[in-house]
Amino acid sequence: MARIWVVVQQREGQLPRISWEAIAAAQKLAASAGGGKAEAIVLGAGIGLAAAEVAKADLAAVHVADHEALRAYTPGAYIGALAAAIRDGKPDFVVFPHTYQSVDYVPRLAQEVGAGLLPEVTGFDSGEGGLVWTRPILGGKLQSKVRVKGEGTVLVSVQSGAFPADSVAKGGQVDPQPLAVDLAAVKPDREILGYEEVAGEKVDLTKANSIVAVGRGVGGADKLGPLEELAKALGAEIAASRPVIDNGWLPRDRQIGSSGQTVAPRLYIAAGISGAIQHLVGMKGSSVIVAINKDPGAPIFNVAHYGIVGDLHEVVPALTAAVRAAKG
Amino acid sequence: MRIAVCIKQVPNTEARLRVSRDGKWLEEEDLPFVINESDSYALEEGLKLAEKTGGEVVVFSLGPERVKDALLKALAVGAARAVHLADPAFLGGDALATGRALAAAVQRESFDLVLTGSQSDDLRFGGTGSILAGHLGWPHVWLVMGVELEEGNRSAKVTREMESGVNELSRVPLPAVLEIQAGINHPRYASLKGIMAAKKKEIARVTPADLGLDAAQVGAAGSRLEVVSVAFPESGAGAQMFEGDVKTAVAALVDKLRREARVL
Ligand SMILES: Cc1cc2nc3c(=O)[nH]c(=O)nc-3n(C[C@H](O)[C@H](O)[C@H](O)COP(=O)(O)OP(=O)(O)OC[C@H]3O[C@@H](n4cnc5c(N)ncnc54)[C@H](O)[C@@H]3O)c2cc1C
Ligand SMILES: Nc1ncnc2c1ncn2[C@@H]1O[C@H](COP(=O)(O)O)[C@@H](O)[C@H]1O
Repeated sequence: MARIWVVVQQREGQLPRISWEAIAAAQKLAASAGGGKAEAIVLGAGIGLAAAEVAKADLAAVHVADHEALRAYTPGAYIGALAAAIRDGKPDFVVFPHTYQSVDYVPRLAQEVGAGLLPEVTGFDSGEGGLVWTRPILGGKLQSKVRVKGEGTVLVSVQSGAFPADSVAKGGQVDPQPLAVDLAAVKPDREILGYEEVAGEKVDLTKANSIVAVGRGVGGADKLGPLEELAKALGAEIAASRPVIDNGWLPRDRQIGSSGQTVAPRLYIAAGISGAIQHLVGMKGSSVIVAINKDPGAPIFNVAHYGIVGDLHEVVPALTAAVRAAKG
Repeated sequence: MRIAVCIKQVPNTEARLRVSRDGKWLEEEDLPFVINESDSYALEEGLKLAEKTGGEVVVFSLGPERVKDALLKALAVGAARAVHLADPAFLGGDALATGRALAAAVQRESFDLVLTGSQSDDLRFGGTGSILAGHLGWPHVWLVMGVELEEGNRSAKVTREMESGVNELSRVPLPAVLEIQAGINHPRYASLKGIMAAKKKEIARVTPADLGLDAAQVGAAGSRLEVVSVAFPESGAGAQMFEGDVKTAVAALVDKLRREARVL
C-alpha cells in the first residue's frame, strides 16, 4: 500500500479551494495505489481551525506543524519542517496544490530530500508499468504524459481546477495530531519586510458586465483602437492578458489571471489570447466566452463557447459594426 | 558584480507545432525557437545590475546546437561571455537533472548572483532555478518582480509576486538565485554594433566530464521523469465555431449572442 501525503496550504486559518483539490487528488491517488487513505500535513502558526477543517476529509491522519517560525511563509522554515517529516516517514507521494507559494519551495524541497519532482499535473491513469501522469506543456497547446522512474519519494503538485474540490470524500474520523518540528537549525533565507498591493488595483473589473480582453496577438499599443471601439459598442471594460501589461500597452490594473483580477462577467471576448492556464483561472467562470484567434489550435477555444478563427484586426472592426447594427 | 544568467531556448508556441515521429517531443525541422520569455527579463535585469555595479553578465544555456542562436542574441545585448552545456548527454532532463548540471557549470566560476527565469514556456517545471540554488546552498526567490541592491551588495530587497495582485517584500542575503518573472523591466533590443561584437565573444562548450559529473547524473538518464508521449489535448465540447468570410462569421456570432446567449 502506497503512502500518500498531502500538504494543505492555509491562509489565516482558511483553506483556499485549491487545497481541497489537492486533498481530492491525494484521496484519488491513495485509492488507486492500493486502497489506503491519505495523510494530510498543515503548516502554520495558530492553525487549529484550518486543521479542524482538513480533518473533515476522510484521511488516515492530519498532522499539524504549528510553530511561530511558520507563521509568515518562508521557504527555509517550510522546507525545514517538511524535509524532516519526509525523511522520517518516507512517503511514496506528497501532493501539493500548485500555487505561487508551493512553487517557491517544493522544487528545493525535492532537491534537499532527494525526491522526484512532478509539477502541475492535471491527472493520472494507472496503466501498465505504473502510473502515467498528464501535465500541460507549451502553454497548454500540448499535453505530456510522463512516468516516474527510480526509487524514493515524489513531490507532485496539482494544477488548479484539475481535481474537483467537491469530489473530496468527507466523513473524517481522525483528530489532528501535532507534528513535532525542530526549526532551530534553519537559517533564515529571507527576512520578510511586508506585503503590498500591486498597482493599487484602480479599476475593479469584477463589476463589469462585459469585458473585451486583449492578448499579445494585438501586436502593439498603437493597435488597441478598434478593440476600444468594440468595448464602447458593447458597453464593456477593456482588459488584457499579462504580456500586454508587461509590454506596457495597458496598465497593470487591467490584467486578468492568476496574478491579476479574477472575473466572471456575462460576456468575455478574448481577442488574440492563447488561453494559458494562468489566464484561464481568471476568466473561465464567465457566462459566455467568445474567442477570436488566428490559430485554430489555441487552447482558448477549449473554454470558449463561441469562436472565430481569423485575424483579429479584420474580425474586431466587423464585429463592432455588427454589434452596433444589432443594437440599432 | 559578477552575474550568471541562465537562458533556455524554447519553441515559439505561435508556430504550427507537430509531434515528432517517436511521439515524445516536437518535430524540430522548420520550428522557430526563441529565448524563453521570463529569461529575457532575467537577462535584462542582470545587465542592469551589472551596469550599476560595474560588473559583467555570463550567460549559460543547456541544449542542442541550435541554442547557440540564443546565446548569440544574449551576447548581442551585452552579455560578456557564454557557456553552452552542449553535450547530448545533457538533453531530455527534468528540473532536477537540468538544475544539477547548471549548478555545476555556474560553480566553476565565482558569481555574486545567479538569475534565471521563473518558468520555461515549453516544459513549465518552474523549479530549475530553485534546484540550482539548492546545489549552491544559496537562498532563492521564485517569481521576482523587483530587485534593489543594498549596502555593499551584501543583500537585496526583493519583491516576490503572490497570487491576486499582492507582492511580498523581503531582504535576501547575497549571493542568491533570483528567478525573475516577466514584466519586471523592459528588455532592450540588440544594436547593429552589439550584433557585430557578439560574433567575437566567447561561447565555451562544456561536457558533463568538464563539470565533474557523470553522464548518468544529467539529462534523461539523470531524471526521475520519463516522457511517455506528447499529444494534442482532446478538446472537450469545444467552442461553436463560425466560419466563412469575416462578415458572415461575425453576423452569425452576433445572432447567437442575441438569441441563444442573450448577452446583447
Ligand atoms: C507565475 C505566472 C503568472 C502568470 N500570470 C498571468 C496572469 O495573471 N494573466 C495572464 O494573462 N497571464 C499570466 N501569465 C502568463 C501566461 O502563462 C501566458 O504567457 C499569457 O497568458 C499569454 O498571453 P497571450 O495569450 O496574450 O499571449 P500568447 O500566448 O503569445 O498568445 C497570443 C495569441 O494571439 C494569437 N494571435 C496572434 N496574432 C493574431 C491576430 N492577428 N489575430 C488573432 N489572433 C492572433 C496567437 O495565435 C496566440 O494564440 C503568468 C505566467 C506565470 C509563469
Ligand atoms: N536548458 C536550460 N538552459 C538554461 N537555463 C534553463 C534551462 N532549463 C531551465 N532553465 C532556467 O530555469 C528557469 C526555469 O525553468 P523550468 O524549471 O523548466 O520552468 C528558466 O526560466 C531558465 O532560466
